[in-house]
Amino acid sequence: MRIDYVLKRVAMVFVLIWVAATINFVGPRLTGKDPVKTRLLKQAVVGGYVQQGMDEMAKEYERKFGLDKPILEQYFTYVGDMSRFNFGPSITNYPRTVNEILADALPWTIILLGTTTAIAFLLGSFLGAILAWPSSPRALQYLLPPLLTLSAVPYYLLGLVLLYVLAFRLPLFPSFGGYTPGTLPAMNFGFYADALSHAALPALSIILAALGFWALGMRAMMVTVQGEDSMIFAEAKGLKDRTLFLRYAVRNAVLPQATALALALGEILSGAVLVEVVFGYPGIGSVLYNAIKDFDYYLIQGIVFTIVVSIGVATLLVDLAYPLIDPRIRYGKS
Amino acid sequence: MSSNAWRYARRNPNLVIGLVLLFVLLMFSLVGPLFVDVENAQPLSVSPEKPPSLRYPFGTDSQGRDLLAVMVAGTPLTLRIGLLAGLIGLGVGTVLAFVSAYYGGFADALIRGIIDVSLTVPGLLVLIIVAVFLKQGLTVDQMALIVALLAWRWPARTIRGQVLTMRERTWVQVARLSGRSGLKIIFLELMPNLLPFLAAALVGAVASAILASIGLEALGLGPADAPTLGMTIYWVIYYAALLHGFWWWWLPPIAIITILFVGLFSLASGLDEIANPRLRKSV
Repeated sequence: MRIDYVLKRVAMVFVLIWVAATINFVGPRLTGKDPVKTRLLKQAVVGGYVQQGMDEMAKEYERKFGLDKPILEQYFTYVGDMSRFNFGPSITNYPRTVNEILADALPWTIILLGTTTAIAFLLGSFLGAILAWPSSPRALQYLLPPLLTLSAVPYYLLGLVLLYVLAFRLPLFPSFGGYTPGTLPAMNFGFYADALSHAALPALSIILAALGFWALGMRAMMVTVQGEDSMIFAEAKGLKDRTLFLRYAVRNAVLPQATALALALGEILSGAVLVEVVFGYPGIGSVLYNAIKDFDYYLIQGIVFTIVVSIGVATLLVDLAYPLIDPRIRYGKS
Repeated sequence: MSSNAWRYARRNPNLVIGLVLLFVLLMFSLVGPLFVDVENAQPLSVSPEKPPSLRYPFGTDSQGRDLLAVMVAGTPLTLRIGLLAGLIGLGVGTVLAFVSAYYGGFADALIRGIIDVSLTVPGLLVLIIVAVFLKQGLTVDQMALIVALLAWRWPARTIRGQVLTMRERTWVQVARLSGRSGLKIIFLELMPNLLPFLAAALVGAVASAILASIGLEALGLGPADAPTLGMTIYWVIYYAALLHGFWWWWLPPIAIITILFVGLFSLASGLDEIANPRLRKSV
């Protein structure tokens, strides 16, 4: 792998960080709305309710943003803060900082999303491969229409249906949250089992909806690969069906799937955020939903910034790992 | 002629399924208002939380909307958001693609960089930042404009690829050698051959625009006064309709959204078949 390609890709992530920070900075100023003032006003309208430490907080913001300073200086301070992942205090949950809230919520999302995406990708690709293989049972073809339909439905709408059927009609799974209210997150078996049963439905809706997408993509690639000369030659050599399937067809068809995974990460996450909202799952999606409801702008931009950057980094990692699974790719100058 | 069309339809069932599903939805929103009073899609029009009956076939919600009226009024609004944003996305994407692929050089490097970086960004979240600040009093058309902000990415990418392969074909080179100007080649030589691709890209852009708009609306960042499909989902979540057992509230919007997406996806792969005849032997 060429070092200049790696450097270029890393530089692109930094550009992404800079662009994301700049959009966050310019956004509020374009609309002329001050998030802190909007929030204070909203509370005044609600009537008499004054949150503890509101004055202190307003002062902290004045100081933090140095609102008397020239706009360029404000901008540099802001981009500096963002690139060090220092998002300041949350407006609704003051004095908790955005970073603390994110640290609580992120593990839930990462575990849920990481596991489900891996399962859906592997299972979906395998299913798609079998569907396209001539010597697999014909009955499998009946899976195609349901898979197509599932891939068309947004994750969270499938989540709503699952919630109704498997939590409300047949109370097999808990309907809300990440663990039973009243218990405290702890590192023991009881808590893990509880958390697992709470994660089952959100996970199922992500896996089912994503399965179709990966299966259809893989099926199409398998069909293309089977038409290639190398495949016909291998068949003519009299290789075993199993070898043809795994070493010749799947091996080649899975490559574009990996590229698709890198490109789809952002969309998968957008869908998963809404799944969390439907199930009240304690990850960043639910935090984001509540932040939007309360107009907690610093929390919102902290979450969006963190996600944009982590997706950027994840995409970079998939990109850099690509030559490992496809030896033809060298990322050099041709 | 008609027997030809019939034979083609049998070879390309996706196209037919897509067209039929979308036609059903279009009819639903066109004919519906003749039978249903769309005014009842506003809150406080009818008595709340009634299950389906002869009078209200889809029942009513917690705020006193007739849900059949909501669906009849909301389906065309959601289609409008998708179509508007999709057309804008296709237009911007096509211009970027042509500038990038046809002229090449620095413009190509820059535009390709922008497309690549923007594609890795989780679109919904960027749109959230924009929508949060325009939250109050959003209209349906403004919603379309917000969603259009990122709708150009996939059209730009796919069309750029197509133009790149087409640019080097012999008939384009003949046109260039015979002294046709760049714009004339683009509009008279490339565009007509790209039409099926443009149509497929449009359908794709419409689908992702609708997906993004429903996502934003489900989070409460939509036109609060408009009974779009996504806003209905928002109210379903807001009033915990599922845990109250109001199945008639969430079933119709989910069914319509599913029909819409299955229709759009089938249409897109049907158009792909037209655009890329090499696919024909494969399925």
